[in-house]
Amino acid sequence: METGNFWIYLLVMFGVTYAIRVFPFIVFHKKIENTYIRSFLAYIPYTVLGAMTFPAVLYATGSMVTAAAGVAAAFFAAYRGKGLFTVAVCASLTAFLTGIFLQAAGI
Amino acid sequence: MEQFLQGIKDGTAIGIGYFSVSFTFGLAAVSSGLCWWEALLVSMMNLTSAGQFAGITVMAAAGSYIEMAVSQFVINLRYALMSISLSQKVDSEFKTGKKMVLGFANTDEIFAVAMSRKGEVSSRYFAGLGVLPYLGWTLGTLAGAVCGNILPKSISDALSLAIYGMFIAIVVPVVKRDRRIMKMTALAVVCSCCLFYLPIFQKISEGFGIILCAVTASGVGAVCFPLEEGQEEI
Repeated sequence: METGNFWIYLLVMFGVTYAIRVFPFIVFHKKIENTYIRSFLAYIPYTVLGAMTFPAVLYATGSMVTAAAGVAAAFFAAYRGKGLFTVAVCASLTAFLTGIFLQAAGI
Repeated sequence: MEQFLQGIKDGTAIGIGYFSVSFTFGLAAVSSGLCWWEALLVSMMNLTSAGQFAGITVMAAAGSYIEMAVSQFVINLRYALMSISLSQKVDSEFKTGKKMVLGFANTDEIFAVAMSRKGEVSSRYFAGLGVLPYLGWTLGTLAGAVCGNILPKSISDALSLAIYGMFIAIVVPVVKRDRRIMKMTALAVVCSCCLFYLPIFQKISEGFGIILCAVTASGVGAVCFPLEEGQEEI
């Protein structure tokens, strides 16, 4: 099969991603009555985010020390009830400053 | 209108967060060989982080179209779970036509914010919620693609934590409030670490691994700690 056409790649990406998002949304238009399925779906947002975050976040900055510092800062800010953006800034800023500190200390 | 504006307000933080994440995407896309407008089109038509990063990797390697389709399917399959969850949360005015347009905006963060709203979600609210994240995602990609190379690596590395910061900001307040969700989220994290570190699971891709972990933990939660009768949400 011939490969390498940007437009076909783009169309494939869009088609697959769109279908995955929209088909289930349209098909399940009745309320699901089953308690177990409803419970399962209620847990989904948090289990997905948990699995996406760890351990991937520890490798996001190229240094496990700066990443861990950023994560710790994010947990602290989130626990104090800060919003999405504040927490994200805390994480990035802490990782950045930790990186500078490590460099200055020659580690 | 009021709900639309409330949606825009609730989406502001996601929009700003997306700007920084898609900035790194724009940067990566251009350095992998795409033009700035190609990177922009990919973001405008997909609105997903992990899938897009995988997509430009396939393009750079001149992989087959089948490979592209399979990678997108596996990485993004979690959205199917989310869309089913969301379908249970929207009100009856949220009809098929609107779903075909707005369902596109069902990202990890938009979904999580919509689900954490009290009561049902209207199409107006959901549309408002999507506006700034979409703008942030496309403009961030553009900025990253056009002027990304002037940014020092130490800053772009630190920015890549922004998306995880948003995940943590969504999960922690709920986990603080509900011990059942705390346990199941911890279980998902443990599963995810096992898949990552244990040699026998090395063949499982990242996207499929996330689904395995989320399905396992949510399944255990549904069996051990189901919703009580009449309880609408956790």
